[in-house]
Amino acid sequence: MAERAVREFMLGEGGGTGGGSQNLTVGIGPAHPAMHGIIRIVTELDGETIVNADVEIGYLHRAFEKDCEVGGWNNAIPYTDRLNYVSPLINNFAYAAAVEKLLGIEVTDRCKYIRTIMSEISRISDHLTCVGASAMELGAFTVFLYMIKAREYLWELVEAVTGARLTISYGRVGGVKADLPEGFGDGVKKAFGEVREVLGEVHRLLTGNRIFMDRMVGVGALSREETIGYAITGPLLRAVGVPYDVRRAQPHWAYDRVAFEIPTQPDGDNYARYLVRMAEMEQSMRIAEQALASIPGGAINVDFEGRAIDPAAYVDRGKQGKTEGLLLIPVTLSPNLQGQDRAALGRVNAADKRVVLPSKNDAYGSIEGLMNHFMLIMEGYGIRPPQGEAYFATEGANGELGFYVVSDGGDRPYRVRCRPPCLPPVAALPRMIEGQMIADLIPTFGSVNMIGGELDR
Amino acid sequence: MDGSAILARLVERFDRHIVETHAYRGDHTAVVGREALSDVLSVCRDDEALGFDVLMDLTAVDYLRYRGREDGPRFEVVYHLYSIRHNHRLRVKTRVDEDDAVVPTAVPLWPIANWFEREVWDMFGVRFAGHPDPRRLLMYEEFVGHPLRKDYPIDRRQPLIGPKI
Repeated sequence: MAERAVREFMLGEGGGTGGGSQNLTVGIGPAHPAMHGIIRIVTELDGETIVNADVEIGYLHRAFEKDCEVGGWNNAIPYTDRLNYVSPLINNFAYAAAVEKLLGIEVTDRCKYIRTIMSEISRISDHLTCVGASAMELGAFTVFLYMIKAREYLWELVEAVTGARLTISYGRVGGVKADLPEGFGDGVKKAFGEVREVLGEVHRLLTGNRIFMDRMVGVGALSREETIGYAITGPLLRAVGVPYDVRRAQPHWAYDRVAFEIPTQPDGDNYARYLVRMAEMEQSMRIAEQALASIPGGAINVDFEGRAIDPAAYVDRGKQGKTEGLLLIPVTLSPNLQGQDRAALGRVNAADKRVVLPSKNDAYGSIEGLMNHFMLIMEGYGIRPPQGEAYFATEGANGELGFYVVSDGGDRPYRVRCRPPCLPPVAALPRMIEGQMIADLIPTFGSVNMIGGELDR
Repeated sequence: MDGSAILARLVERFDRHIVETHAYRGDHTAVVGREALSDVLSVCRDDEALGFDVLMDLTAVDYLRYRGREDGPRFEVVYHLYSIRHNHRLRVKTRVDEDDAVVPTAVPLWPIANWFEREVWDMFGVRFAGHPDPRRLLMYEEFVGHPLRKDYPIDRRQPLIGPKI
C-alpha cells in the first residue's frame, strides 16, 4: 500500500500507475538554474519528450506603460533603459524618435550618426550576451567568458559616452544627452579589434563543433509561415530566410548612408539563429565604423519645430538689452558633466529650447537658461506634442522594437505602448519545443533570447 | 503600395464600414466599424495588393480622460499591420464602448494575436469574442481590475497571490 502511494506520488494519480505509461506534468521555472530570466514553462512530458507546453510570463511586470503616463515625456527615458537591459540605448533612441515623430521634428545629422553608432554597439553586446549565455548552457563556459570579456570592452565605450553601463538614460527627445567624448574613435577601434578576435575564437570553438552542432542543428526549428504568423522579427526571422530588417526596410537615422548586408539562413533552427547573430555582429561593426568615419559636426539637438539649436539661442539677447557682459556667468562644470557644455550640446541636440534642456553653463550661469530649464521640468510645461498618435519602429537586437505614442496635447504621454521584440518568439516557444526532448528546451530558449524587462514590461 | 492608396482601396471595398481614415506624421490609419473588423483584417492579410502578412502589434487605448473624447466610445483597439512583401504599414483601429467591450478575435488570421489579445484583456478588460484561451497574460489570475484603464489608480495595491497548483 505504502509502496503504491509512493509510486502514485512519483508518477501522478490515477489507476493506471501500475502499468502502461502516462504523461507527467513538469513545471520549469520561474527561477530555474539552467535558464536565464524569470519565466515558467509548464511542460507535459511523455518520457523525455515534450508533448505540450504552456508558457507563463509576467513575473517581471512593473507597469512600464502605466508609469510612463504619470510623468513628463522625457521622464519615460529611464524606464525605457529597463526594457531591454542588455541593449538599453536602442530603447532610449526608439522612444525618443517616436516622440519626435509625434512632434514632427527631425534631429540633427550628428545626432543621427551618434544614435546609429551607439545602437550598433548595443546590438553587438546584446548578441554577445545571447550567444555566450546559450553556449554556456550547453557546457561551453569558455565561450561565455570570452564573449563577456568582449562585451566588457563595448560597455566601457558605453560608459565613456553615457556615464553608466546599464541604466544609461542617454537618449533625449530632440537629441542625446551629451556629445561623444574625446578619443571615442580610438576606443571603438580598440574595442572592435577585441570583439573581432573573440568572434574569431568563438567561430573556431563552436561553429564546427560536434557537440554544439548536435545540440543546435535541427533543434527548435520553426517554419517560415509560422515565424511570420507569430510576428517574429529580427534574427529569428532572418534565420528562416526572410531578409526583413527595419534598418533596411524603413531607413532612419544614418542607416541609409552606410553599406551593410542582412545575413540570412534558410533552416530556421537554433544553429541558423546562431549563425545569423554571429554574422550580424560583424555587420554592426561595419555600420558603426562607417558612421564614425563620416560623422558630421554641428548641432546635436533640435527644437519643437525641428530647427537646430544654436546653444547661444538659449540666451535671449533681445531681452538682455545692454547687459551683455552680465548675461552669462562663466561656470566650471563638474567632470561628471563632460560632453554637456554649450558647444557640445549644440552639436548633438535639436534646436528648440521648448524641447531640449539648456546646457548646464546656461542653466547655472544665466537667468534665462535657468528659466528655460524650469519651464521644461515643471509640471504642466515641458514638451507638449499636439493631439495625435505615432508609431515608430527600429531594429532592436531581438527584432522590431516599436513605440506607439498617443498625445492628448498635454505635458504627459497619454499612452505609451512598447512593442516588445522578444514577446512574439516567447509566444511561439511552445511551437518550437513541442515534440522535442526536454533537454532541447535549453538551447531553444537561449536562441529566443528572452529579455524579461521588455517581455513583461 | 502608398499609404493613401491602401486607405482608398479599403474605403472602396468596405464603404460605410470604414468610419474614418487619416494620415498623420506619415502613419496611415483606418478606423473600422466593429461589425466589419474581421472582414477588413482578413482582406488586409489576403488581398494580393495589400498583403499584410504580419500583425506587428495589437494594443488598446483608453480614451476616458482624453480631451475632447470624454463622451465618445471609451476604448480603441489598435492593430499595426506590416507587409514584408510590399514593405508598407497600416494602422487599423476599432472603437468600443465600456459596457460592450467585445471585439472579434484575430487568432485565426495571425497566431500571435493570441498573446496580444490576452494582454489587452488583461490590461484593459476588452474581451475578444472567439479567443481560444482568454486568460490574463501579465497579471495573475486573481488580480482584480485592469491596470491600464485610466480609472485604475497607479498606486493601488493588491495582495499578491502565489502561483496556482
